[in-house]
Amino acid sequence: MSSMQSNTASVDAMRPETSLTHAAAGEGLWSNVWKQFRRDPIALAGLYVVCILVTMALFADFLANDKPYYSFYKGKIYFPIFRSYLVGVGLAHWPAELQNVDFKKLEGATQVFPPVPYRPGNIDLLVPYETPSKKHWFGTDKLGRDIMAGMIHGSRISLSIGFVAVGIAVIIGVILGALAGYFGSWVDLVISRLFEIMLSIPTFFLLITVAALLPPSIFLTMTIIGLTSWVGIARFARNEFLRIRNLDYVTAAIALGVSNRKIMFKHILPNALAPVIVSVVLGVAGAILIESSLSFLGIGVPAELVTWGSILHEASSATFAWWLAVFPGAAIFVTVLAYYLVGEGLREVLDPRLRGLR
Amino acid sequence: MGRYIVQRLFLLIPTFVGVTLVGFLVMHLAPGDPAELRAAGGLGGAREGAISRNKQGGVDEALSQWRKQYGLDRPLPIQYAVWLKNLVTLNFGESFKDNQSVWNKIIERVPVTVKLNVFSLLLVYLIAIPLGIYSATHSNSLGDQITTLVAFVLFAVPLIWAATMAIVFICGGDFLYLFPPAGLESLDYSSHWSLWRKLKDQAWHIFLPVVLLSYDGFAGLSRYMRASMLEVMGQDFVQMARAKGLQERVVIFKHVLRNSLIPQVTILASILPGLIGGSVIIETIFSIPGLGQLGYESVLARDYPTVLALFTVSAILTLIGILISDLLLAVVDPRIAFGRRQ
Repeated sequence: MSSMQSNTASVDAMRPETSLTHAAAGEGLWSNVWKQFRRDPIALAGLYVVCILVTMALFADFLANDKPYYSFYKGKIYFPIFRSYLVGVGLAHWPAELQNVDFKKLEGATQVFPPVPYRPGNIDLLVPYETPSKKHWFGTDKLGRDIMAGMIHGSRISLSIGFVAVGIAVIIGVILGALAGYFGSWVDLVISRLFEIMLSIPTFFLLITVAALLPPSIFLTMTIIGLTSWVGIARFARNEFLRIRNLDYVTAAIALGVSNRKIMFKHILPNALAPVIVSVVLGVAGAILIESSLSFLGIGVPAELVTWGSILHEASSATFAWWLAVFPGAAIFVTVLAYYLVGEGLREVLDPRLRGLR
Repeated sequence: MGRYIVQRLFLLIPTFVGVTLVGFLVMHLAPGDPAELRAAGGLGGAREGAISRNKQGGVDEALSQWRKQYGLDRPLPIQYAVWLKNLVTLNFGESFKDNQSVWNKIIERVPVTVKLNVFSLLLVYLIAIPLGIYSATHSNSLGDQITTLVAFVLFAVPLIWAATMAIVFICGGDFLYLFPPAGLESLDYSSHWSLWRKLKDQAWHIFLPVVLLSYDGFAGLSRYMRASMLEVMGQDFVQMARAKGLQERVVIFKHVLRNSLIPQVTILASILPGLIGGSVIIETIFSIPGLGQLGYESVLARDYPTVLALFTVSAILTLIGILISDLLLAVVDPRIAFGRRQ
């Protein structure tokens, strides 16, 4: 048994060099990737934007909230935003005088509000379609809801799409691509037909059909997006597996009797990751575009949920309200562009052969 | 060549079966069967959501009747076979919404969408190919870098944003009125107009939708074209052509261009599904009575037979596109048809 293990280890050592030509001895692939990626200022800018978006999504409650950070009311100090988290998990409850109150109308209270003192659902029918002003930085919609608040909280959706939809697509794509590329012959034939079918299906139409048949739910929509967008990843994975499968170290591993599963996922996959990762990053951008189109059309997303796409949709019926068109659309654009830049930067580093191709 | 066409047609059969199977399964994915959906749709159509208890028996009876009518009481494989048979005979059933033949509804709208997509494809190729040639022959010049940047940025512009911005800013809102915000012809459009006036009116209406539908296509294709040109330019025979003293113009247009056009033909097949998805958005925003708008309206109205028929029709259109691009490929590159024959 132990000799078997040492043999496997020697197979590991026989791994060919990856496309990174300057890899210094003893250095990990990823630290090297980061070193080269860092040299590309445009890709780095994309990464910063993605980081800002992630931060915005994580701290949405602290950036746009109708509750104050700090409140001094009737001789007592409260931290309402934090407290609402505790109330949410059942660890605390609101004192009677603060239950369901509008903090902005508390008299005699000293309070510190977040930069955007609204939540996306706060309806104020007194200020419909207000142009951007000091009070509402990005204006309001027909129900007087603050657009900035809606956009900050909407960033959570684009972030979770990255995880859910693309996560599903990666799992399906890598497994199918690995099977097709590794086993070849009839397995490859069957799975390649599957790719062809998926490619000839008008995916967007399939999406709106499925989304319309199922009850509206953002997570369901993300799942469907994932289930329909794995082909690109699968094809890259297949090609890589096909290439690597014929390398000597894999032949050696097969000769040693290493199980197929172990060869595929332990020995080939790490070397096949480079182009897959690029298509994953670009896939996030694609998923965000699809989700925004779906919520723009009002399909698959609950009506009360404010997303970038749903704000944009309001602009198409209220054409005078330019702020409804400019800001959420720009947010989608910047997000998608940022992911593209990161993906393109990674491609430059990971796979010089693909340079300049889309 | 004739044999190659037949071969390609046969290869399309498994894909076609697969696509229809997906459509069929999607139909059965919905909660409740089409009969119940029809009942719900019918009630929705009568603008009465609730149904009184004493009528429940009648509903159940109607449901079982419908199930029989649609063959829903039979096992799934047989249902699929029946559905496939109906498909081949172009019998898509009747719309839940207005009991019209689904096929007629679709046929009415096919020309509009096809027109929109053909113009878009033309625009994509007419802009992308010259742009790609320019970028490749002037690679790394300022012009190439600007083209690359613009193409990259255009690729990231969401269609819904571009279209909404167009509606808000240049389609007669509070800002400019350069293009009409809806429809394919003016309200006072009449057949008595002179041909020139008709053409002008139609062109004015279709311009913006076509541009919006194609911008990300030509952004992507010009990149492909550039890469493909550069690849061919690096090959030995090009150096040979230059070495024997051919003019640069001849080298580029006669030797490089022809060879680098080959892969662009296959891209047609991958642009097409995107165009169909895009026409759902564009036709909805600009109220253009095409397949996309019909699809969107049917999806919202849960008009099941229409949705399913549209899905199948657009898949078939895509398959035809793939077939055409395969055949074009064989025309541009005779090696392909010859290679298959052996």
